[in-house]
Amino acid sequence: MDIIKAVSKKPFELGFLLFILIVLATLPLYAPEYAVVLLTSILMYIIITVSWTMFSGPTGYISLAPAAFFGIGVYTSALLALVLPLPVVIGIGGLAGFCLALLVGALTLRLRGIYFVMFTFGLVELLLHFILWWEVNISGTTGRVVPTVANATVYYILLIIFSLLMLTTYLLRNSKFGIALQSIGEFEEAAAHRGINVNVLKTIIFAISALFMGAAGAIMATRWTYIDPKIAFNPLISFMPVLMAIFGGIRYLYGPVIGAAFFAYVEEFLITRFPYHYMLIFGVIMLVAILYMPDGLVGLIQKLWKRTSGETDAVT
Amino acid sequence: MIVTILDVVIAGLLMGGIYALIAMGLSLQYGVARVLNIAHGEFIMIGAFITWSLYTIVGINPLVSLAICGPIVFIIGFILYRTIFTRLRDASASPAAFEGSSMLACFGLLFIIQNVAILIWGADIKGYSYLAFPVNFAGTVFAANRLLTLVFALFIGSVFYLFLARTRLGKGIRAAAQDPAAAGLMGVNIKQVLALCFGFGALMAGFGGTLISMSYNIQPTMGLEYTVIAFIVIVLGGLGSIPGSFIGGLLLGLVGSIVTHIEPGLSLVAYYIIFMLLLLAKPTGILGK
Repeated sequence: MDIIKAVSKKPFELGFLLFILIVLATLPLYAPEYAVVLLTSILMYIIITVSWTMFSGPTGYISLAPAAFFGIGVYTSALLALVLPLPVVIGIGGLAGFCLALLVGALTLRLRGIYFVMFTFGLVELLLHFILWWEVNISGTTGRVVPTVANATVYYILLIIFSLLMLTTYLLRNSKFGIALQSIGEFEEAAAHRGINVNVLKTIIFAISALFMGAAGAIMATRWTYIDPKIAFNPLISFMPVLMAIFGGIRYLYGPVIGAAFFAYVEEFLITRFPYHYMLIFGVIMLVAILYMPDGLVGLIQKLWKRTSGETDAVT
Repeated sequence: MIVTILDVVIAGLLMGGIYALIAMGLSLQYGVARVLNIAHGEFIMIGAFITWSLYTIVGINPLVSLAICGPIVFIIGFILYRTIFTRLRDASASPAAFEGSSMLACFGLLFIIQNVAILIWGADIKGYSYLAFPVNFAGTVFAANRLLTLVFALFIGSVFYLFLARTRLGKGIRAAAQDPAAAGLMGVNIKQVLALCFGFGALMAGFGGTLISMSYNIQPTMGLEYTVIAFIVIVLGGLGSIPGSFIGGLLLGLVGSIVTHIEPGLSLVAYYIIFMLLLLAKPTGILGK
């Protein structure tokens, strides 16, 4: 229903999106191998950032748990990739993220603001240290090997996850659930009084966002081949989506996509040229973004656009 | 048996003293200045590395370094608040918005400070030996530097508590913690007081770093672990409560020591489980209102 309405309203925009999708889908046929590898890591960051924004954007609950959901996906792959076919492994990885988020969501319903932030961050560290202890003391392994998959396969699977994610985000934004989520972010008590089942809605959206992170983790594990708990549950995976989404513009549909694509490319660029300074430059960009660009890159561009053309705010 | 218990308890208190000190600093930064300082551990790391440099290069006694590191870190913290956080506070629509944006700014600071430290000191683990001789205490044996650490942590903590409770500036800080707007109307220079609080928080972290470097190995990435521990302690003691942080720190040290005695690899896991159970059962902490 929503899709049909959208097509009739914005034929140009949809055509443009279709064009981009076709270009991305046919890329491995003619582009150099390096471009595919680069796009793979960009897609990974986009998926994590967009799914983070799906929940944290409208509600304002800053979750630092992405590394937990992503890591659970990575670990699923490490445990099962040798015995099960790849699509099943990815499905289970997504499901593992979903279930973990459902559990966490149900537990943290009462926590708000800073308590929620701290709980989600604690979760990542808890999983990391517990699995580390388990691996060393119980199963007696310190690392696991994941069978590699062709670069193009990884790329296509990420592209499919990305497309499904964007579709879900778009449908959610334009549904009553998206508006309900927005109202939770603005005034939770009022939203509850309006008859929104606040806790169930928060938990389910949180779990859906974790589903995509888990699936992305499961496929990305095949890129790294060697997995240990410190690689799987890297706290940086929790910080990056926050940074990328805010840099891109958290209020806009394309903001997180642009923020993640920009940062993933900058990361690649800086790592190869300034391997010892890139995290430092990262920190500086983050500070500047928070101090001077509260609406993010997309917000900044729209502001400039408005100033030069005098048009009204485009709703994206 | 009794010796074992005494062993575990004393080891716990020795660790807990440092936890208490760094948590008091974080409690001040969050409870009063409203900055959830994810970069708290980085100030600890700066303190530890300055002490290490002064001891190994110039040969300055680590206890003298306390008087050098503290002020340096205090000034860094004060300037950071006046430049970054005051600006964010003015631009934020609500206290909740300020908490969010200041925390994100702290992430930026974490990356910057940590990587500057790696550029200066390298990424390797470092350490030095200072007062490492054994001391017998009621049948248990400990390194002298650890006992000294505990004594200094307790001393600094008490002095700081008296400062907050008895002096005029301390009163201003407590007023700002309760209601910044009203305190401002009562003649408290609120921007100055908040910046001082952030600076004092950094000062405690700097002291903590110096003491940590006396008995533990240090490296530029050590900060985050201490930050997380400090968070757990301030939730345990009740957000914003200075005595709570103090007691909470000693308690967590004890728990860590008991768990380490039973199953060495699991002390951090135990901290997180306590932390998460506490957040679910009594998020206001043991001394919280």
